[in-house]
Amino acid sequence: MSLTHAQIEQARARVPRAFHLPLALRLRRIALWTLFAGLMLYCLWVFNFSPTRIWIGLGRLGDVLGFMFPPYIWKSWTEFSEILKGLGETLSIAFMGTLLGAVVAFPLSFLGAKNINRLNGLRLGVRRGYDIIRAFETLILALIFIRAFGLGPLAGILAIAVSEVGTFAKLFSEAIENTSTKPIDGVKASGGTRFQQIRFGIAPQVNPVILSILLYNFESNVRSGTILGIVGAGGIGFLLSDRISAYKWDEAWSIIFLIIAMVYVIDHLSGIIRARIIGDWEGTK
Amino acid sequence: MTFTVAPMPPLTVDAAAPNRLTQFELDFATKRRQARRNWAIGTLVLVSLFAFSAWIGDFFKITQVTMPDGAREWRWIIPAGLPRLGEYVSQTLPTLRWDSFWSDFGAWFWRWKTWLELLWETVLIAFMATTFGVVGGFLLSFPAARNLSPNKWVLWLTRRLLEITRTVPDIVWALIFVFCFSVGPLAGVLAIGTHACGALGKLYSEVNENIDMRPLEGVKAAGGTWFDQIRYGAVPQVLPNIISYTLLRFEINVRSSSIIGYVGAGGLGQEFRTAMSFQEYTDLSALFLIILATVIVIDYGSEKLRHKMIGMEDRP
Repeated sequence: MSLTHAQIEQARARVPRAFHLPLALRLRRIALWTLFAGLMLYCLWVFNFSPTRIWIGLGRLGDVLGFMFPPYIWKSWTEFSEILKGLGETLSIAFMGTLLGAVVAFPLSFLGAKNINRLNGLRLGVRRGYDIIRAFETLILALIFIRAFGLGPLAGILAIAVSEVGTFAKLFSEAIENTSTKPIDGVKASGGTRFQQIRFGIAPQVNPVILSILLYNFESNVRSGTILGIVGAGGIGFLLSDRISAYKWDEAWSIIFLIIAMVYVIDHLSGIIRARIIGDWEGTK
Repeated sequence: MTFTVAPMPPLTVDAAAPNRLTQFELDFATKRRQARRNWAIGTLVLVSLFAFSAWIGDFFKITQVTMPDGAREWRWIIPAGLPRLGEYVSQTLPTLRWDSFWSDFGAWFWRWKTWLELLWETVLIAFMATTFGVVGGFLLSFPAARNLSPNKWVLWLTRRLLEITRTVPDIVWALIFVFCFSVGPLAGVLAIGTHACGALGKLYSEVNENIDMRPLEGVKAAGGTWFDQIRYGAVPQVLPNIISYTLLRFEINVRSSSIIGYVGAGGLGQEFRTAMSFQEYTDLSALFLIILATVIVIDYGSEKLRHKMIGMEDRP
C-alpha cells in the first residue's frame, strides 16, 4: 500500500504548518539565526579566536593533558597527609556551610511562606531579600570574609553559609507552601495552638523535603568548596591552584582526580542516605 | 440527587480485644524505643561530625590580634574577626553626601567606562560559552542516554567524559586554559564552555532517557539510520526541555563569567583583583552592585522568556 496523492492533499489541508510555514514566521526565524550567527562571529573577532592562537593553545593543552599519565603518586606520608587535610577541609567547609546556612534559613523561611505569613507586603519583601542574598557570589563573599578572618577554611565556611541562606530560605518556604492543610486543620480542630499546628501539622510534611534539599545542597557545596581555596579560603582548591601556578601538572591532575573521586563518593553516599531516610519520596501531595 | 448510606455493621464485643490492646501497647513501646534509639544515634553522629568539622574548619582557633594600644593579644577568632568584618565593609562603602550627590556618585563609579566594557565582555563570554556548551552537551547527550546509545562502550565513555568535565569546576578549567591559551576572554569562554558542556550533557541525557521510543521505532521501520532516528524521532521531543535548560545555564554562566576574571580569564572579575591590589575599596562595592544588577536583570529576563516558551508549548 502506498500513499495516494489525495491522502497527501488531505493531510496538507489538515496540518498546513507541517508542510509550509507562513512567510512571517520564516522571516523571523531567519532574522533570529542571522542575529545569532552575527553575534557569534563578533565574539570570535573580539575574543581573538585566531587559528594560530588556537593551534598553539591546543598544543600546550596536549602537553598539559600528557601529564595525566602516568599519574603522580605521593611518595611520603607527609606530602600525602597535606592533600588529605585539604580534602578534609573541603568536606568540613561544605558540611559546616550547609548546616549553618540551614539553621539561619529555617526560621526565615516561615516568613516567606504564603500559608504561614499572611502579610502580603512583608512576605514579598522577604522573598526579594532571599533573591538578593542568592545573587551574591560565593567567591566574592569568600574574598570579603578572608579580610576579616584571615586565610583559611573559616572564611570559606562563612561564605558558603551566607550564600546558602538565600537558597535554603527560598526552597524551604516553597516546601512549606506545598503542604496539605488537612493535618493542620486536624490539629486545629483538636485545640492545637498555632505553634502546635506548625509542629505537628506542617513539620512532618516538610521534614523529608528539607532533608532532601539539605543533602542535594551539601553535594553541590562540596563542589563549590573545592574552588574556594583558589582565592585562599581553605580546602583542596588552595593546594590545586598552588600546584598549577608552580606548573606541577602531574600533581595537579592527581589532585583533580582525587576531587572527582571524592565528589563521586559523596554523591553516592548521599543517594544512599536519601533513599534510607526518605524512601521513594514523590513530593507533598 | 440521592445518597445511599451503607448500613453500619452491628457493634460486636470482640473477645480478643484486651489481648490485642496489650499487643498493640507492646508493639508501640518497641517502636518508640527504636525511634528513640535511632534519634540518639543520629544526633550523636551529627554532633560528632559537627565538632570534627568545626575543629578542622578553624572554629576554635585562637589568633593574635592587635589591640588599640598596639599590644598583641590572643583572642578567639570569631569575636576577633567580626569587628574587622564591619570595618572592611564600611571601608568599601562610598561617602555619598546629599548636597554633592552626583559628583560623589561619579567618584564612586569613576571607572565606569572600563567596567561597562568589561561587563559587555562578561555577557559575551557567557553567551559564547553557553553556545559551546549547548552544542557539545547536545551532541554528547545522545550517546550518553541509556536508551539511545549505539553501544555499551560509547555510553560508558561519554558518561565518564561528561562527569569529568562537569566535576572539575569552571574556575579550575580557567586556570588550565589560561596557561594554554594565555590570559584573556578566550580562556574564559573555553573554561565555562567545557564545564557547561558536562553539566548540560547530563541534563539533556536525562531528558533523552524519558522520551517516548515509538517515534524512533517508526523511523527505524521506515529504514532510518541511527542518526535519522535521533534527528526525526528524539530531537523534536526533547527540544522544549533543552531550550529551558539552556536559558537556565545562561544565567549560571553569567555568574561564572563575572568572577572567572579573578584568575585572568577575562570579564569583570579581573577588576576585583585590581581594586584589591590598588586598595580602591569603594570600587569593590561598585563592582558588587554592577554584578548584582546584571545577575538580577538576566535572571528576570530569562525567567520571562522561559515562561513564554513554556506557554508556547501548550498552544495548539
